Amino acid sequence: MTDTKSQILGFVRDRYPQAEITESQDIFALGFVNSLFAMELVMFVEKTFGVTIPNEELRIDNFRTANSMSELVSRLLAEPAVA
Amino acid sequence: MTVTGVAPPAAAPPVPAAVTARVTDRRSARAFVDTHVAPYADAYDRAGRVPEELLRRVAEAGLWAPFLPPEAGGAGMDWVTLGEVHEEVGRGCSSLRSLLTVHTMAAWTVQRWGSPEQRERWAPAFAAGERLGAFCLSEPGAGSDTSGITTTAAESGGGWVLNGVKKWTTGGQRADVFLVFARTAASIGAFLVPRDTPGVQVRPIDDMLGTRASMLAEISFTDVVLDRDALLGPSGFTAGMVLTGTLDLGRYSVAAGSVGIVQACLEASAAYAASREVGGTPLAKLPLIQAKLSDMVTDARAARLLLAEAGRLKDAGEASTIMATWVAKYFASTAAARHASEAVQIHGANGCSTDYPVARYYRDAKVMEIIEGSNEIQRMTIAGQADRERTG
Ligand SMILES: Cc1cc2nc3c(=O)[nH]c(=O)nc-3n(C[C@H](O)[C@H](O)[C@H](O)COP(=O)(O)OP(=O)(O)OC[C@H]3O[C@@H](n4cnc5c(N)ncnc54)[C@H](O)[C@@H]3O)c2cc1C
Repeated sequence: MTDTKSQILGFVRDRYPQAEITESQDIFALGFVNSLFAMELVMFVEKTFGVTIPNEELRIDNFRTANSMSELVSRLLAEPAVA
Repeated sequence: MTVTGVAPPAAAPPVPAAVTARVTDRRSARAFVDTHVAPYADAYDRAGRVPEELLRRVAEAGLWAPFLPPEAGGAGMDWVTLGEVHEEVGRGCSSLRSLLTVHTMAAWTVQRWGSPEQRERWAPAFAAGERLGAFCLSEPGAGSDTSGITTTAAESGGGWVLNGVKKWTTGGQRADVFLVFARTAASIGAFLVPRDTPGVQVRPIDDMLGTRASMLAEISFTDVVLDRDALLGPSGFTAGMVLTGTLDLGRYSVAAGSVGIVQACLEASAAYAASREVGGTPLAKLPLIQAKLSDMVTDARAARLLLAEAGRLKDAGEASTIMATWVAKYFASTAAARHASEAVQIHGANGCSTDYPVARYYRDAKVMEIIEGSNEIQRMTIAGQADRERTG
């Protein structure tokens, strides 16, 4: 597992210690994602990986799984930063 | 029988003096509040509004949105300092702090979620206080339960059509632009609606229990046609995050204002207890009064530290700031209500009169337990994450 993925999984597991979550599991389907957690998740990703997620990337599919979040991070890190 | 001293009808509020220095930190905020705000706050409370001149003084002091970056006309103020500044304003006048709170929410939302064009259009005007913002979420039928809002924004002709009624909008009587949360096909979206848009109607709400000078209004939107770029931030699932973030800042500012109320109660009570004697003994020497003062000192410090921690986490971009802000707001608002009640108690009959500010603090403090997440909602949210609370 990549470092990015394991950090994301660590964050989610830390928030929901009882849930058993894998890298390909749809966290929205588990039913515990509310807007507070969504906000925390976005802040965590931005802070941990030093990226700014533009509005058009704030799509549910980018946040469904640790895999998709990790792909989003790689994509953003590959792009030149826009103000 | 001769009746003397009958209270005059509410007069126009007095005009504060010109501003000489910009507010950059707690110290300059305290000086601004002591000169321009605190001496007049009781008069504003009675008049049910703050004068335009005060709003201009706030602009001259650079207080409307100092957290915006310099290129947007702000001062790039960090969140810890902003919390200290809002505390000082709240110490002087909760109504003015409420106006700052909702303006902060509108300005931040534009900065955080707006496109470059939206930022260019609104941020400098918000920073300069040329345009004042207000926050429209609550409705006659939906307060705590935000998912129950019925105001709708329907996509039409490349833009939006807004319909619904918002209630309890702080500053609504005066604001130039409303940040309106409305139901879209996908989610709840945030829309910027200038007051002068056809179909917008403002009905003042006066005579509230507290924050009486914060110029509340009910705003109705009837077939209000908006451009495509009235929507701030993403649509879809993350649109809810715009609201979460906006409320988080509102809560931070109300927490700061609540610390200010505790501090104001402490200062008023300590001064009164030192000068008022009962049976030849100053109140300040009586153990039961000392117990109240000691709890005010302790809670003011504790609430301030919780607020500073939430601010530090905001400055660091840490996700845990959201929960830290809930905790700070819960602690500070309940402390404000408790100590405002004790401050009135210490003042006796004087505390129930308009001769002392503590009756105002008491009324204002009650409002802090209701706005930006009532006590009950705060406790439910905090308890909902109790299993995360681990140290180390
Ligand atoms: C002075 C003032 C200024 C305001 N300014 C604004 C503003 O600028 N913009 C804006 O949008 N709104 C504003 N509001 C509205 C404020 O946000 C709401 O009053 C608040 O969210 C509570 O909603 P409500 O009044 O509808 O109470 P309700 O939601 O009807 O709740 C009534 C009571 O039931 C409790 N309760 C609710 N749900 C539960 C539950 N699940 N379990 C247990 N108890 C529960 C509540 O805590 C409350 O005590 C303002 C209000 C005031 C008083």
